[in-house]
Amino acid sequence: MTPTGYFLEHLWLIPLFPLATASLMLLVGRRLRKSAVSLFCVGSVGVSFAYALGAVTQLLSAPPENRVVQHILFEWLAPGQMLLSSGQVVPFTADWGYLLDPLSSVMVLVVTGVGFLIHVYSIGYMGHEGGYYRFFGYMNLFMFSMLTLVLANNMLLMFVGWEGVGLCSYLLIGFYFLKKSASDAGKKAFIVNRIGDAGFILGILLTAVTFATIRFTSAGLTDTAANSGILQALDGALSAHALAAGAPVLTTIALLLFVGATGKSAQIPLYVWLPDAMEGPTPVSALIHAATMVTAGVYMVVRMNAIYRLAPLAMDVVAVIGVVTAIFAASMALVQNDIKKVLAYSTISQLGYMFLALGVGAFAAGIFHLMTHAFFKALLFLGAGSVIHAMSGEQDIQKMGGLWGEIPVTARTFFVATLAIAGIPPLAGFFSKDEILGRAFERHPALWIVGFITAGMTAFYMFRLVFLTFFGYSRADNHAQKHIHESPRTMTIPLMILAVLSVVGGWIGWPASLFGSNQFEKFLEPVMSSAGATESAKAVQESSTTEYFLMLASIAIAVAGIWVAYEFYRTKRFAPELVAGKMKGFYRVLFHKYYVDEIYDALFVNRTKDLGTLLGQIDAKVIDGVGVDGTGWLARFGSTLSMWWDKWIIDGLLNFGAKFTQLLSFPIRFLQTGTFSTYALLILVGLAILLAYYQQHLHVVLRGAR
Amino acid sequence: MLPIGHYLFLGLALFIIGAIGVVTRRNVIVILMSIELILNAVNINLVAFSRLYGDVAGQVFALFIIADAAAEAAVGLGIIIAFFRNRETVLEDEMDLLKW
Repeated sequence: MTPTGYFLEHLWLIPLFPLATASLMLLVGRRLRKSAVSLFCVGSVGVSFAYALGAVTQLLSAPPENRVVQHILFEWLAPGQMLLSSGQVVPFTADWGYLLDPLSSVMVLVVTGVGFLIHVYSIGYMGHEGGYYRFFGYMNLFMFSMLTLVLANNMLLMFVGWEGVGLCSYLLIGFYFLKKSASDAGKKAFIVNRIGDAGFILGILLTAVTFATIRFTSAGLTDTAANSGILQALDGALSAHALAAGAPVLTTIALLLFVGATGKSAQIPLYVWLPDAMEGPTPVSALIHAATMVTAGVYMVVRMNAIYRLAPLAMDVVAVIGVVTAIFAASMALVQNDIKKVLAYSTISQLGYMFLALGVGAFAAGIFHLMTHAFFKALLFLGAGSVIHAMSGEQDIQKMGGLWGEIPVTARTFFVATLAIAGIPPLAGFFSKDEILGRAFERHPALWIVGFITAGMTAFYMFRLVFLTFFGYSRADNHAQKHIHESPRTMTIPLMILAVLSVVGGWIGWPASLFGSNQFEKFLEPVMSSAGATESAKAVQESSTTEYFLMLASIAIAVAGIWVAYEFYRTKRFAPELVAGKMKGFYRVLFHKYYVDEIYDALFVNRTKDLGTLLGQIDAKVIDGVGVDGTGWLARFGSTLSMWWDKWIIDGLLNFGAKFTQLLSFPIRFLQTGTFSTYALLILVGLAILLAYYQQHLHVVLRGAR
Repeated sequence: MLPIGHYLFLGLALFIIGAIGVVTRRNVIVILMSIELILNAVNINLVAFSRLYGDVAGQVFALFIIADAAAEAAVGLGIIIAFFRNRETVLEDEMDLLKW
């Protein structure tokens, strides 16, 4: 018995509200007043949040095994013939339908909830900016795309949302499009994401030809015979021994989908666009590039967890890429001076943690970290926006300092978020990160060690940021110093709410070893495939001694990271400049972000440009040169030839006739002088000759006359 | 009554004066006037022979020729005026458009 209720029936309204206001803004937004824009755009996201809350509440009223609702609105792509890899021909169809299960519940609440807070914050932050309606129009369009992505009941509709968020990300990174760096960053994000999307769409196609469907599951649909899903098809293939764990096709699908995830979720090697994406307005960085869009890859992998569980090789790849990205990005965050860049590398690093969790099979832990990260990273970005707002646009932490007393609300909420990300119990980040590290330890101690070191680096760079920004003496110039002010209420209230969430958000996943019951993992359990059940059952029986030891180790390294940052930037017992000076080469490599951008430029970007130049040369030389110019030359040559023929043969014959006649007429021509008197004289002379010749006859005439 | 020879001589003299005028003068108006002289020489001949033979047809012819000369003078002068408007000349040696 599937749960029912008003909000579940009207699931499709959740993405529709932001779409309606987005179209309103982009069509007639220019003529609306700012207050109307705020009311419509923030209001629609608020209504979406309310509907999402209602829908999830109604979903929760059902027993756990029945918590899935699926509505197909209409058939989106009409059935067409598709040749399966098994040789059968089946109709392929894609519908426009929404799926609400525990996994999408978490996502839809995070997206609408955090999204709503960030929208409220944007009223204050973007209040003095031009293009206010444009900003909110794009933001609402983003909300629509993101909600389509998380609520989609099939891969193709998910891909629509996936591309939609990519488009909005591009539009919003390049929001200040008059700035060259901003529009470049937008293009970079878009192009890098295209590479990942190519993998994703290949994964979708391979899934379609393997399983004959792209719908995630048939659960919640009445007619299961006509409405199969990937889960059911996979189960069928397993029981029929058509597929087995580790089958090459499953590994290929998993890896192709993961390529898509590395693009969207900024993992090695496609992470390069995210730091540049900080050119966008800060609320955009908070919403899209920290809390929601970049986690789409994590969500997608969890959504396909049934396939991943059967592809151990792909899982190992995901885990290794995740953990390497985590430590790689964290090391770059250590030396950045731009407040938003530090947070951007931190985001990449935390996303690495999430993929580490997915790679070791702890899908619930990955989603758990996704949620807590959304809270504290959104808070950090919004806090950073508030700091930038207070500092009149300054983003360099070397030029800040001493802001603790000046902007108390921002500073305190920022501090809470920093504690949360550093992994200090009992804040949100501790539980999620600790669970990931615990599960990584079970999989392989090496993964744990790297993640453990990253945790220490995280604590260090975050506290470096806090100490340089809020403590010590101010290094700002006089002009900026005079203008320091706390942000308006619309900005500080979202900060406070997010701070509360950053504290308590982790409590729903309170681990069993600490007298909790990990409600969160139980909640997500129905979504998780049973294929790897034996493995996870074994995992539950870990010794609690190891777990306590790992927890203590996590806390210890977090405290150590904070202590080192304190000694470096607060007491100045070690001068950071001295340490940097001692390891000059290493520092320079870190500061230049391992020269990855330069290497990519040299390897791919410039080669692509060379190819373009080469093709341009071919176009100019061969197509234009030989083809167009050659044809032109040929036509000119032909016409020259024809002109010569015309002139010398056709006209020549005529002229020859004329010349010949002229030659013949040579003596007679001189008689014709054109002068009247000559003719008159000739007439007279002629008359005289005639008269003289007929003299005798004249006599006769004259005689007769007489 | 004067013998016919005198008339004929006068006619011949007028004709020769007219012919010389036509051939030698450059001004087209003068040439036209010379042509009138030639016509008048013919008239004298016609009238003289008409008297000689007592046949009035000759005199009728002379009247026709006078009318004809008047019409011819009108047309000729019209042409000359039109020509003058185009070429700003009435000298016949500059009117060599008939050549070739």
